[in-house]
Amino acid sequence: MAEALKHAEAHDDHDHKPHGWRRWVYATNHKDIGTMYLIFACTMFFIGGFLAMLIRLELFQPGLQFFDPQLFNSFTTMHALIMIFGAIMPAWVGLANWMIPMQVGAPDMALPRLNNLSFWILPFAFTLLLSSFFVPGGAPAGGWTMYPPLVLQTGASFPMLVFSIHLMGASSILGAINVIVTIMNMRAPAMTLLRMPLFVWSWLITAYLLIAVMPVLAGAVTMLLTDHFFGTTFFTAAGGGDPVMFQHIFWFFGHPEVYILILPAFGIISEVIPTFSRKPLFGYEAMVYAIASIAFLSFIVWAHHMFTVGMPLAAQLFFMLSTMLIAVPTGVKVFNWTATMWKGSLSFEPPMLFALAFLFLFTIGGFSGLMLAIVPADYQYQDTYFVVAHFHYVLVPGSIFGIIAGVYYWLPKWTGHMYDLKLATWHFWLSTIFVNVLFFPQHFLGLAGMPRRIPDYAVQFTDWNMVSSIGGFGFGLSQLLFPYIIWKCVRGGEPVGNRAWEGAHGLEWELPSPPPFHSWTTPPSEAVIARGAEH
Amino acid sequence: MMIRAKLVSRAASLAAAAAPLAARAEEESGWSQLNMTRGVTEMSRRIYDLHMTIFWVCVAIGVVVFGVMIWSLIAYRKSRGAVPDVTLVHNTKVEFAWTIVPVFILVAMAVPAARTLVEIEDTSKTELTVKVTGFQWGWQYDYLDDGVMYYSHLDRRSNAARELLSPIDPNTVPHYLLNVDQPFVVPVDTKVRLLITGADVIHSWWVPAFGVKKDAIPGFVNEAWFKVDADKPGLYRGQCAELCGRDHGFMPIVVDARSKADFAAWLKAKAAEQKQAAAPPAGAPATPPAAPPPPGNTSAS
Repeated sequence: MAEALKHAEAHDDHDHKPHGWRRWVYATNHKDIGTMYLIFACTMFFIGGFLAMLIRLELFQPGLQFFDPQLFNSFTTMHALIMIFGAIMPAWVGLANWMIPMQVGAPDMALPRLNNLSFWILPFAFTLLLSSFFVPGGAPAGGWTMYPPLVLQTGASFPMLVFSIHLMGASSILGAINVIVTIMNMRAPAMTLLRMPLFVWSWLITAYLLIAVMPVLAGAVTMLLTDHFFGTTFFTAAGGGDPVMFQHIFWFFGHPEVYILILPAFGIISEVIPTFSRKPLFGYEAMVYAIASIAFLSFIVWAHHMFTVGMPLAAQLFFMLSTMLIAVPTGVKVFNWTATMWKGSLSFEPPMLFALAFLFLFTIGGFSGLMLAIVPADYQYQDTYFVVAHFHYVLVPGSIFGIIAGVYYWLPKWTGHMYDLKLATWHFWLSTIFVNVLFFPQHFLGLAGMPRRIPDYAVQFTDWNMVSSIGGFGFGLSQLLFPYIIWKCVRGGEPVGNRAWEGAHGLEWELPSPPPFHSWTTPPSEAVIARGAEH
Repeated sequence: MMIRAKLVSRAASLAAAAAPLAARAEEESGWSQLNMTRGVTEMSRRIYDLHMTIFWVCVAIGVVVFGVMIWSLIAYRKSRGAVPDVTLVHNTKVEFAWTIVPVFILVAMAVPAARTLVEIEDTSKTELTVKVTGFQWGWQYDYLDDGVMYYSHLDRRSNAARELLSPIDPNTVPHYLLNVDQPFVVPVDTKVRLLITGADVIHSWWVPAFGVKKDAIPGFVNEAWFKVDADKPGLYRGQCAELCGRDHGFMPIVVDARSKADFAAWLKAKAAEQKQAAAPPAGAPATPPAAPPPPGNTSAS
């Protein structure tokens, strides 16, 4: 049997696979492109993380010790843009590339050349964005939200910002199209929609969100561009425009974007928790409907990011109520994950540890989100460190931990080797402890009155800022373990079987580890799918 | 050589960072800065109460949810021989309950929040109107009915201490970054209406003790109001809360709430002073220079 497999793999190896640099530049294979996406995302995560370290360094104590305020503003702006568009989104696309064909019983993504294009746009987009540090006026410093009129004061980097966002948007839209077409057209015949793994479901919905809102962002930044260079006045009151209109358009993109960053994490957590609880996911259909409701609601809550701009009372009430409503499907998800563990048989391998940290800490981020929905209270929270704490709780132990859980879950499948479990457990403990030291005190800072996006602060904020900075340095350094563990695992390790984890279900675990170059060359049979579909 | 000296001084300042903690004994300890202020207006207290209510609701839900999670982590460990109940995948009653119960909790929260919001939005029956204009980087206060107008900037001592690598220790500066040259003077026990706008980019006028935060948007006028308790005259500090460029962190707000009689006297004196300064044509212009036009904004003209 092993001989036969080896032969099959060797056979696969010489079917149209280019070698050397051509394999990567001309890549059309979903696994190769997925790998490039993940390496790109990891690189951007460390660049964005380095900027975060510089921010925490300047905020370690009051007074300006290192950076001019303008440069500091560039750091916060670029940190956000890089982490959102360079680290988290490409990481999700990388995981989608690797896993969706394997999970739905397809040989590859539906549109391989489009796949190549959507990846190779990204390095150019980020070269353009990052090189803006070296042009007159420095990198964009008006915040990642790019509110006019402030963003129109950006120097030579302004068109670079706009065009790099156009490129990122094009890449995301192409990637999303590919995901939708793959899921709709490439599923094995017996893989009905309600048998799909939740990671596939979450990505299907995410892809629709991407297609719906990335053009909105592109439109918004194009209007900024023409306001700046061609004399239009979309966002200038003097010419009949309205600066607040930009905020409405931006957040109409921005709120679904928030769910683009988190929904695939919901999918991964819904795979990891059942595996290590040795029990099918509780309420599978409810989980699918919850993701769909969250996606729908994400289109009608955008103005909760801008309660202080002076909206009519009725609008404020509407956006308060719609925002609070999101707590219902999100609650359903948390309760279902908890019920999955109830009466299970739990073990605590690294993917499960990160999923548990996600479960606890994302819920804390959800609570602060609920608090932020209360409009009168939001008047006090808005634009303070309380908000910074809130969205970092949902993005770091939420999205980032979701990505890490996914990588640790599927890494043995990708490489055929088990990674260093002990070191990965260390990675978990260091990350989880430091992420709380880093972000929890920021709740206190915000409530006590510290605004966000300031390079220097009143002295009563010193103590908690110091704690937060120490947590930041610890968290940043701990992440170096992650690429090291992956590198070590790629190089070698204890071989694993098809089913790397005892409780794992799903089509990807029916393939050998590592899987063949073209995942499912013949669609898996009904029996194989039924075995995998015990969610 | 220069660079090296700078680096050494930076390292030294980092190492000495812990020492000044004791030096600011007169300030409240930083460790006790944990929660929102109750403030000095009826509305700020209402907001504080809402904040605490929703906080305790979250704590209560958290205790239950985290309790069940932690219980599962302890009771259903494989290492303790737990056998999975693989039939437990669906329970309509339970699922219905955990969808409906949160809806009731949310409605219960939304009602008081909406009530407070309606009152906050009621800017009628105000007794004094002041136009507040945010600019890069400071505030302009214009007492529309009394012909008084002045600018308010970061005070000189903070301004010197906040320079990059300034030799002045911020801990020795009273109210570092939260002090201004001319505070915004208002009467207590008076419903003061603010007409808030921006001169160049968007700013946000925020005084936590009043529970007021409102964006200052160029070309548009926002309304907000506050009424400081009669027995709470004093100085109340806040900051700009919307990123507005390089010196966003350096445009504080200080409100000097005085008794009605003191305020009336101040306003009279200030109006006379400004009238006198404006009357003689000789001499320097009395008003400080206005904010410079935003560079690079070609469409503004």
